[in-house]
Amino acid sequence: MKAGVILKVAGKLLFARWKQTLIAAIGVTFSITMFIALLSFMVGLNELLDNMILNRIPHIRLYNEVMPSQHQPITLSKVHQRRYNFIRSVKSVASRQYIYNSIAIQNALQVDDRIKGIAPKISAQVFFHDGPIDITGVVEGIDIEKEQNLFHFREYIISGEPENLNTVGNSIILGKSLADKLQVSTGDVVRVTTASGTHFVMKLVGIFQSGLQDIDKIQSYTSLATARKILNKPNDYITDLQLQIKNIDDAAILSKEFSERFGTKTDDIKTSNAQFETGSFIRSLISYSVGITLLIVAGFGIYNILNMLIYEKMDTIAILKAIGFSGTNIKSIFLIIGLSIGLFGGSLGLLFGFLFSSLIDLIPFHTASLPTITTYPVSYNPIFYVIAISFSLITTYLAGWAPSRKASKVDPVLIIRGK
Amino acid sequence: MNEVVLEARHISKSFHDPVTLPILKDISFTIKKGEFVSITGKSGCGKSTLLYILSTMDTDYDGELFIEQENMKGKTENQLAYVRNAKIGFVFQFHYLIHEFTVIENVMLPGLKLGAHSEEEVRQRAIDQLRALDIHMLANKKANLISGGEKQRVAIARALINSPSIVLCDEPTGNLDKANSEVVFKIFKHLTRERQQTILVVTHDQEFAANTHRIIEMEDGKIVQK
Repeated sequence: MKAGVILKVAGKLLFARWKQTLIAAIGVTFSITMFIALLSFMVGLNELLDNMILNRIPHIRLYNEVMPSQHQPITLSKVHQRRYNFIRSVKSVASRQYIYNSIAIQNALQVDDRIKGIAPKISAQVFFHDGPIDITGVVEGIDIEKEQNLFHFREYIISGEPENLNTVGNSIILGKSLADKLQVSTGDVVRVTTASGTHFVMKLVGIFQSGLQDIDKIQSYTSLATARKILNKPNDYITDLQLQIKNIDDAAILSKEFSERFGTKTDDIKTSNAQFETGSFIRSLISYSVGITLLIVAGFGIYNILNMLIYEKMDTIAILKAIGFSGTNIKSIFLIIGLSIGLFGGSLGLLFGFLFSSLIDLIPFHTASLPTITTYPVSYNPIFYVIAISFSLITTYLAGWAPSRKASKVDPVLIIRGK
Repeated sequence: MNEVVLEARHISKSFHDPVTLPILKDISFTIKKGEFVSITGKSGCGKSTLLYILSTMDTDYDGELFIEQENMKGKTENQLAYVRNAKIGFVFQFHYLIHEFTVIENVMLPGLKLGAHSEEEVRQRAIDQLRALDIHMLANKKANLISGGEKQRVAIARALINSPSIVLCDEPTGNLDKANSEVVFKIFKHLTRERQQTILVVTHDQEFAANTHRIIEMEDGKIVQK
């Protein structure tokens, strides 16, 4: 009953100057709209860039590298162990570049529940021939299905069927720039020479475009089996194990763990691509700052309008106090007015923000580097909407706090006698 | 009929700005149920100041104030607000209706705030009050669209909605023409006679005061004649 009266009085005062109230609400609506549109667009862009770079890179990569042994015989000798030993010009021996015992490692990783997926890879240097011209390139043997699951391989294919890698013998997929340079299109034949000098004739079953020119110029893909055939290697031969893990933040720790456990070298995405994360973070930070600045400006608008309302409604406040409304009641009334403006303006802002971001989502956006993207990227994460409405309520509450305190302190005697 | 509704015991008040200036000096009196009392005196004699102390809105005074044998000293702001709501009705010189509300809403507001009755009951009581004051046809008009005399009658209806122990009036006819003053006076007279409503009026209108049951005359912050 009592709360009802307070709401009723708040409602009446709110609509007494509905034009001003509306302007205050529009201020909130505008800032919430911009907040959501800006954040949706920025985060959409971030996700696009992340997908372009981060999703294509394994979170952890296991491989072996040609490098001098860390443990020289002298350090193993008991006699010399307690002394400083200097050895100059240590040379690498022709060690094996593939991952030892790869099948056992894969089996071990498969049962590890921190890991989302594994994709084996064989990397080999080759020459592509276009008449008399030799072009250096890299051919990577992949398991097309796993590659699709982990790295959305299909999204970068602009022509041909990647599945044909498994069904067509000696088939290959080329980067777009490479294919252009060789003047071949899907269905044509590509001549390849391996580092050891063997010639191969391969059938082009697809062309991909990664968006990164440097990759498109040298990269090509084939099946694991074909890669082994080219390199003349046995059936368990792989050079890289690419891992996607469930929690990307664990990458560095897991990377270290696997390096020790399996005796391979490891790279993790956090260490090798830290700058991407920094970029994403800065962009989000800017969007949030701009959005919150807009909200604070709207908050000052509400503060002004409530202050004016209180000066205008001094008489009403005095009467309310005279007929038995306490200072606390008066404070609640003005806080309710402030919060209503926030809630109304904020809700409209959510709606307009959604519409605005949908509009951005419709604007055509074509870029040669991203064949699957046709419009501007927008993220519709519900968390933006939760943040926006919370911020609008908090801002309007704070903006209403000082004026309503002032209203609660109004001395009715001064007002009533003052006339 | 001998029940004491309001009692002032040795009430004094001074203003301290810019120099200490005594306004009220040792005021003591009682008002019994059903009495129609007026406080008169020249401008600046402190009669309005006294009224606002009696209304519990001004709490800065020495001495004690009892409303229905209850001491108002030491009560919290919220408790005093409840006393004003339930036990005191106000009529001011300027009509002080809330302009955003209709006439009936203005009258209902203290009743809704008290919350002792349902909204329907409060509405019925408000209509009865308005009918008694012969302004029920204005019920759904906006408060700022009616005449001064009508506004003052609405204010009286609002003061009566919670059946207060006492109605306090500050120059209720000060802003009205002769005809309307008479209407208001008749209403007060009627209320005291028919309903035993206790009324305390502050006025400098000697003619008005002369027709009340009892006159308390003030001069320089003291009661000179009861």
